[in-house]
Amino acid sequence: MLLNQFLFLSAILFCIGVYGVIARKNAVLVLMSIELILNSVNINLLAFAMRNGNADGHTFALYVIAVAAAEVGVGLAMVLLMYRNRRSIALDELSEMRG
Amino acid sequence: MTPSADLLVAQNVGFYLIAAVMVLGALRVVTTNNVVHAALWLVVVLSGAAAQFVLLAAEFVALTQVLVYVGAVMVLFLFGVMLTRAKIGAERELNNKGWFLGIPVSVLLLVTLVIALNDGFGSERMPVDVAPMDTAVVSDQIFGPYLLPFWALSFVLLAAVIGAIVLARRD
Repeated sequence: MLLNQFLFLSAILFCIGVYGVIARKNAVLVLMSIELILNSVNINLLAFAMRNGNADGHTFALYVIAVAAAEVGVGLAMVLLMYRNRRSIALDELSEMRG
Repeated sequence: MTPSADLLVAQNVGFYLIAAVMVLGALRVVTTNNVVHAALWLVVVLSGAAAQFVLLAAEFVALTQVLVYVGAVMVLFLFGVMLTRAKIGAERELNNKGWFLGIPVSVLLLVTLVIALNDGFGSERMPVDVAPMDTAVVSDQIFGPYLLPFWALSFVLLAAVIGAIVLARRD
């Protein structure tokens, strides 16, 4: 196996996630795209852990998973609050802070 | 070393099959018109990532991925979908007005990444005959040199739990 095949897979997933963050208006779908990005990071970390033969990448992949879980929890709570206040979770309607 | 041991045909076939399914699933996540379908395609991508982790000799991380992502996070997403809209099914207006701007941005990013990776790692091979990473080694890392980030992570999780309760509760 090449190292690059894992890195390319993770690069493709990362770019798809970036496209999702830019293109999507629905807040839940934006959160899902962020999950795609975080997963591609994990693939990278584990690929380099295998290449270097140590466990550092595993440790940080576990940390990334935990942070992602926390982020989804807070993010969905915010989306819920937004839905309760505005009956909509379209991100382009949140323009109160526009200067 | 025999040539066949170097080529690792089974691993490569497995990798490319799973990778194709993952890329397809990820594309569906960002293009589908149905939020519930997007969540289910995300399950496909996350499970494929768990399979790749097994291929990368990271069994504990693969198990954690299945438990935390496919188990807990997806349930959370589906609850989020249920609580924010009664409508199940295809709908319009999931994309921004300028959604097409995302295509050049992500394609440019991909081209840059591919060029950089090709330049940096070329045809570097993974080590053959890697034993699965011992979970004891990973735990020694977490509770040894990486204890401080682990503490920080505990505070992040505590803050997230409190924050989620404060945000989502009805006054």
